[in-house]
Amino acid sequence: MTLDQVPKGQWAAIRELPDGDVRAQIIRFGLGEGEAVQCAEVLPGGPVVVRKGTFHLAVGRRLARRITVQPLEGAPGGTGR
Amino acid sequence: MVLAGNPNTGKSVFFNALTGMYVDVSNYPGTTVDVATGRFGDYAVVDTPGVYGVSSFNDEERVARDVILQAGLAVNVVDATHLDRDLFLTLQLIDLGKRVIVALNMTDEAERLGERIDHRKLSELLGVPVIPTVAVTGKGLDELKESLEQARPGRADPDLERELSPLIDRGIPRSEALLVLEDDPVISARHGLAPQGLRDGLYRRRRERVTELVGQVRSEVSARSSLAALLARLTVRPLIGLPILGLVLGALYYLIGVLTAQVVVNFTEKTVMRGYYEPFVRRLVGAVVPAASPLATILTGEFGVLTMTVTYLVGLLLPLVAAFYLAMSVMEDTGYLPRVATLADRVLVRLGLNGRAVIPLILGFGCVTMATITTRLLGSARERTIAVALLGLAIPCSAQIGVIAGLLAGTGLAIFILYAVIMFIVFGIVGAVLDRLLPGRSTDLLIDLPPLRLPRLDNVLAKTWGKSLMFIQEAGPLFFYGALFIGLLQVTNALPRIEAFFAPLTVGWLHLPKQAADAFIMGIIRRDFGAAGLYGLSLAPVQKVVAAVTITLFVPCIASVTVIYKERGAREASVLWFASWALAFGLGGLVSMALRLAGLGV
Repeated sequence: MTLDQVPKGQWAAIRELPDGDVRAQIIRFGLGEGEAVQCAEVLPGGPVVVRKGTFHLAVGRRLARRITVQPLEGAPGGTGR
Repeated sequence: MVLAGNPNTGKSVFFNALTGMYVDVSNYPGTTVDVATGRFGDYAVVDTPGVYGVSSFNDEERVARDVILQAGLAVNVVDATHLDRDLFLTLQLIDLGKRVIVALNMTDEAERLGERIDHRKLSELLGVPVIPTVAVTGKGLDELKESLEQARPGRADPDLERELSPLIDRGIPRSEALLVLEDDPVISARHGLAPQGLRDGLYRRRRERVTELVGQVRSEVSARSSLAALLARLTVRPLIGLPILGLVLGALYYLIGVLTAQVVVNFTEKTVMRGYYEPFVRRLVGAVVPAASPLATILTGEFGVLTMTVTYLVGLLLPLVAAFYLAMSVMEDTGYLPRVATLADRVLVRLGLNGRAVIPLILGFGCVTMATITTRLLGSARERTIAVALLGLAIPCSAQIGVIAGLLAGTGLAIFILYAVIMFIVFGIVGAVLDRLLPGRSTDLLIDLPPLRLPRLDNVLAKTWGKSLMFIQEAGPLFFYGALFIGLLQVTNALPRIEAFFAPLTVGWLHLPKQAADAFIMGIIRRDFGAAGLYGLSLAPVQKVVAAVTITLFVPCIASVTVIYKERGAREASVLWFASWALAFGLGGLVSMALRLAGLGV
């Protein structure tokens, strides 16, 4: 599934990022492939807010559609609060 | 010595603590990014824009990159609550081979959030000193100052040396060699090398090191949920965030549109300037220059450079602009703006922009010229074109809003809403049409939502002061020349002829008095100046709406046009300028016609 389909509160592992500068920017923010994030908020028709620890990142809807993720059962060890 | 850190880490507080009062804020050559420099002991200290890494994704990063490359010692301010995010830059600074000292800031906040960071372990793993600090209370600042000399090159990525050595053997300095490896287009070009596509791999390796480091130094203790964290979550939840945004905008309107535009301006413009200042200047000039002479008309007449210019600038515009920048500084320092960007993203995507554009667009309500400059933070040329067009055409600046609010005051709420609705429709149509017409595609929103924090009063006041001063320096001379120009037209009797020439347009098409032509001539120089000219005419309510719509859509002020020309090129600037004429008079006339057909005639 893609990031925009992750329901609020659900954790997911990032599988695949789109290419280009945006990819480097996302990796720099700490959300590279393999990282687990929680969907903190979904704005209807708008951006998705993902959370990793105390770090929150708003991702535009169209970009979220281009990020493939793997839904996770519950929070990964230790990082979910 | 350079201060480097992610945005919102409290860097400016460290900068002020180190350099004291002797700070010089200036434009970085070739850009509009402000860089502050000061002294600490024998060191020249340079502050940099907040960045997430050393690279060239936007203007601020390019400035930070150049400043960091030149520095020998880097004080890296790290937000303890965002260790994952911030250590990427720390490791990159270390990989660059710089002498580094880390200020681990906001350790108090991290503990409140339930995180404890072992700074000794962190220091050991990084190989550089780490000083825990709480900048706002001054904790750890002295220790940081005393430890500066212990800054040293840290433990870089061990595999890096092998990859760097061929570049270093060619005579490229180590720090630049790293950026070449990381595909930095500017630095690569400087050494005549093509990017090799290694960035992804290097970034990923650095990211893995960050994750490992964080795992070793951070332990979680019991978290207390804070009010700020709750509020931070609620501000991006549409059902609650939108009403909060409404409240914030309402408060903004009250501060600028009511308190400042009416109460303060009434005092500064009517009482102080017109009551005391103008009669005083007239007496002074009258003592030397005969009252009926052309010189007196230019100096102290209807458009006097010593009377009207100064009154408008100091009595009317300065309070409005200062109030606006005060509000903007508070919004900036609380971390609220990125949340507005998130809420606005959905709407702005339809106009070919993304939520980030909300920052220049809101700034445009303060000063279109400055907002035009900030469109550089947008991700693509097409977004910059759209944002500049919207700013130039449909967004009235604070000075203009103030005068238009004055113009429409007393005509009733319905008239004001009518004006707002017309402007809103124009705004939407211009954006949507440009989005269709322009080739390519816009970038997507990707914005860090910082925690909400109470702003520091001294920081907010310093920013407001600096920006208001810049406004006066920029607007003052233009106002002066504008008034001089109109005054000259007046004493040479050219004004009535121009009025007669434009009468078919002003009287025949817009149904305004022929003197409206004077206002539009002034409007070419500054739109608020033009609006102020319309303010002086006695108009019926319907005429006021027509006048307000026309002058809002009319050409951007000379300062804005200059900046648009520099930012977007001659072709785009002239298309925009002539389009404003057509749009302003076209739509103004249509509104006039529609209102008269609806039986609201003059």
